[in-house]
Amino acid sequence: MADIDIAHLSRLAQLALDDGERARVLQDLERIIVMVDQMQSIDTGGVAPLAHPLDAGATLRPDQVTEEIDRELYQAGAPATERGFYLVPRVVD
Amino acid sequence: MAPPGWEAVIGLEVHVQLATRSKIFSGAPSAFGAAPNEQACVIDLGLPGVLPVLNEQAVRMAVTFGLSIGATIHPYSIFDRKNYFYPDLPKGYQISQFAHPIVGPGSLTIQLPNGERKTVGITRAHLEEDAGKSVHDAYPGLTAIDLNRTGTPLLEVVSEPDLSSAAEASTYFRQLHSLVRYLKICDGNLAEGSMRCDANVSVRPVGTTELGQRTEIKNVNSFRFVERAIDYEIERQVGVLESGGEIKQQTLLYDADQDETRPMRSKEYSEDYRYFPDPDLLPVHITEAVIAEIRDGLPELPAQRQQRYVDEYALSSYDAGWLTEDPAVADFFEATTSACGDPKLSANWIMGELSAALNREDVAIDTAPISAGELGTLIARIQDGTISSKIAKTVFEALWQQEGSVDAIIDARGLRQLSDTGELTAIVDEVVTANPDQVEQFRAGKNKVLGFLVGQVMKATQGKANPQQVNTLLRERLK
Amino acid sequence: MDPFAEITRLRRGLDDGEFSSRELAEFYLSRSRQLNPQINGYINLSEDRALAQAAAADARIAAGEAGPVTGIPLAHKDIFCTRGIPTTCASRMLASFVPPYDATVVERLEGAGAVTLGKANLDEFAMGSSNENSYFGAVSNPWDTSRVPGGSSGGSAATVAAGMAPIATGTDTGGSIRQPAAFCGVCGLKPTYGRVSRYGMVAFASSLDQGGVLGRSAADIAMLLAQFAGPDPKDATSHPESDPWLNALREMPDPEQALTPSDGLRVGLPKEYFAHLAEAGHLDEASKLFESWGCTLTEVSLPHTDAAIPAYYVIAGAEASTNLSRYDGVRYGHRCSDPVSLEDLYQRSRTEGFGAEVKRRILTGTYALSVGYFDAYYLQAQKIRRLIQNDFLTAFESVDMILAPTAPGVAFAKDDLTADPVAMYQQDLFTIPASLAGLPAMSVPCGVQDNLPLGMQLIAPHFAERTLLAWSHRFQQATDWHTRHPTLSEAAT
Repeated sequence: MADIDIAHLSRLAQLALDDGERARVLQDLERIIVMVDQMQSIDTGGVAPLAHPLDAGATLRPDQVTEEIDRELYQAGAPATERGFYLVPRVVD
Repeated sequence: MAPPGWEAVIGLEVHVQLATRSKIFSGAPSAFGAAPNEQACVIDLGLPGVLPVLNEQAVRMAVTFGLSIGATIHPYSIFDRKNYFYPDLPKGYQISQFAHPIVGPGSLTIQLPNGERKTVGITRAHLEEDAGKSVHDAYPGLTAIDLNRTGTPLLEVVSEPDLSSAAEASTYFRQLHSLVRYLKICDGNLAEGSMRCDANVSVRPVGTTELGQRTEIKNVNSFRFVERAIDYEIERQVGVLESGGEIKQQTLLYDADQDETRPMRSKEYSEDYRYFPDPDLLPVHITEAVIAEIRDGLPELPAQRQQRYVDEYALSSYDAGWLTEDPAVADFFEATTSACGDPKLSANWIMGELSAALNREDVAIDTAPISAGELGTLIARIQDGTISSKIAKTVFEALWQQEGSVDAIIDARGLRQLSDTGELTAIVDEVVTANPDQVEQFRAGKNKVLGFLVGQVMKATQGKANPQQVNTLLRERLK
Repeated sequence: MDPFAEITRLRRGLDDGEFSSRELAEFYLSRSRQLNPQINGYINLSEDRALAQAAAADARIAAGEAGPVTGIPLAHKDIFCTRGIPTTCASRMLASFVPPYDATVVERLEGAGAVTLGKANLDEFAMGSSNENSYFGAVSNPWDTSRVPGGSSGGSAATVAAGMAPIATGTDTGGSIRQPAAFCGVCGLKPTYGRVSRYGMVAFASSLDQGGVLGRSAADIAMLLAQFAGPDPKDATSHPESDPWLNALREMPDPEQALTPSDGLRVGLPKEYFAHLAEAGHLDEASKLFESWGCTLTEVSLPHTDAAIPAYYVIAGAEASTNLSRYDGVRYGHRCSDPVSLEDLYQRSRTEGFGAEVKRRILTGTYALSVGYFDAYYLQAQKIRRLIQNDFLTAFESVDMILAPTAPGVAFAKDDLTADPVAMYQQDLFTIPASLAGLPAMSVPCGVQDNLPLGMQLIAPHFAERTLLAWSHRFQQATDWHTRHPTLSEAAT
């Protein structure tokens, strides 16, 4: 089983685990991956992946404006807004 | 031009905002310019439980584009999630197409400034959703997020690295811009961000075939800046390599004020986008029947129109190219030609006086104060001798100021060309009598002096005399 | 009033004027207030909304315009968005999130006159098999409060089992309706994937999630399902064709006519499932009854059964990991205090907002999709999914319905399985395969062991809910397991 780079995964998932948690989560993940590795014993040569249970094509919608937008309602519970903008700590670019 | 001994290899990824009424995955309006977040619906905001549903017009527009570049249209294409965190990306992933895009390989033949044609390969074009906008300097210590643009449909057009100079790249960008306007799939408004360009640039010594390390310049949205940014980057890379350094794989921004490229700090950590098929969207299936229907409805493309102008109107390739780049200009030209029957003169006036006036006042041709019909009438009055071409310029200015119709202006200002032989003969006689020295010089063989005499007649008639007639009468008189 | 009455009984009572919708709502609200401290089946009761809806229902009933569920109270799993009422998904991340819109399931049920009593507890973001992963505390099994009700729709199952609601909506991704139904002695249906709109149903694993029903009987479930199943243009994965049987059912105040089964059902018993059970005596009664009704019972083979759990946890984890990326503290939901940078905002908000199981699933999913692991994990899982679906399709060439256990045993004690996530995942052994294949499946009470309920699972081909409901109904006319309920002492007020 390959090494699990828990720091890298946490960063990709934007989770910050402290050292204690990290050890526990790593252990859990190792157990899960051992379980999941059972899949490798199944021969899937020539098998097409199944992304959706039903073999269907996309449902499209006509190009029309159908949404009525109520910004105040949507922003009522927002953590930080100002003059309609959502605010976050400054991103340096 | 790359410094001597070096050649540049450039590919462009152009993001074209499709001119649909609603967004690609939601029924929110996609118009530009609303107040912050007034056009972000629950789906655009990525609220818990919402789902994307694909806009059929975005699909049609993508197919339209693919057909216009002779590309394969893939009967099945798949939307993937491209995963990364950024505040203007509400779901924490962008819905895009990775492994199975809707449009396969095609090409665009461009006309370079020197008249040569070059075929630029297009690897693929795919549909995706646009992100929102971040405003970094409105509030101290904060970034303000506006999600109106989130979900606007984009067609990302990826070229092969076939471009060899900044000028070529800019020309390709221009002609792609022209094409999408012809197809009516994009309004082409660069100032509003309707088309944005990322440039992948690398250099290598002339004659080698291995590709150098490339850098990516992101989000350039004018023809001029594309050229300047790429030129700068080519020079920078050559400079680094010639002094023994290595090119780092970097994402760069072009700073127009400083006229330089610099690294984007937020892209320092390399992302793993973890692409996988979006389970909320099923594969897009496009039938042959739909493709045929769209193909039948394709408008005349810029290259075709340009060739038609050369064939039907006997215009030069350069003039035809100039006139057909912007479909609105081409429409104007054809209407003017219809009105006066003279394509060459129509071309001259549009490329000359009209263009100058439009640029001076920063006005687009479809909101010009002079209509194609009026310009046609003006040209017709030159052709039928009512006014001279010189006087026509005065009439043009008056038309621009909307003083009235062509004929009304001519009459009101008394600009009618004087062509009456009797009247002109009398004035010619007067001038000849009044300028014996010049008459003698002309008879002695100094032909240039005729110009002076013509000028005197023109002066005597406040410029209204028909110059060709004056010329003829003078020559007769001085025989 | 009988808190364990079936919907048809309540419908008659309302239509005959025996009681009003308002009285019915007040009855269940009062009982819920009294029992919730013991059971914790509800996260929030929506009293104002319920009484307002009951009043409107009473008006419709008086005007003779009642539909089959007008005035019927129900609980919604707190994963269905309800406009104006907090929808928490049992997570700190959404503890005070109030959606500005209703889920399609909610909209259709309320449009049909159903009365929303409150939001039922669940495992956080529907991830769990015991309802021990809720930010608002674990749910207790009404049959034995030291035991779990199952999960993730533990609250939905417990409220129905305890008579705190006559019926409830739930969601099932890998067994989250069926397993708690079995543990709590109620019926639970997971419809065919695509049968029910997922719009407004907060996403866990998009290609697996389905909204469904937990209720006292198959007839009740049929009545409710008909009100909200069907195509939804807002959900591109919803099946675009509507079903005439469900359309007819939608208008029927008594579903009896629609639930008469056809003859000669061929029933399959999957040998790989039974191999995992030490003993499956609780399925014997059903087997005998089916045989007595002229059905044939044969063994079928679903050879890839054992690969289902790993494939599921990869697919569900992958989809969940990205579905939960939108919870970033920017536009709604929990935000950490005084973030010093964007990274800090994201990381602390998400780490504080999500519980341990959710974090494990996100990391598992991130791993399965990451560069270098995609083919071995995600792609391999999708291929196994195809093999599992093919197993069922092959089986359904020779049988019309599959009879299997729902869960490996009765409800287990709280804390028994919390130490080892993989042990917990094994709970879903019998329910996951049908989820991967997108098939409709139902759990039906069929026995009691040591005063704890046992359930059996029925699985049918795609869109054959009618088979499941008709035959469960027939079973329930011949048995009374579905009428059993625990005795609960209402707390003294």
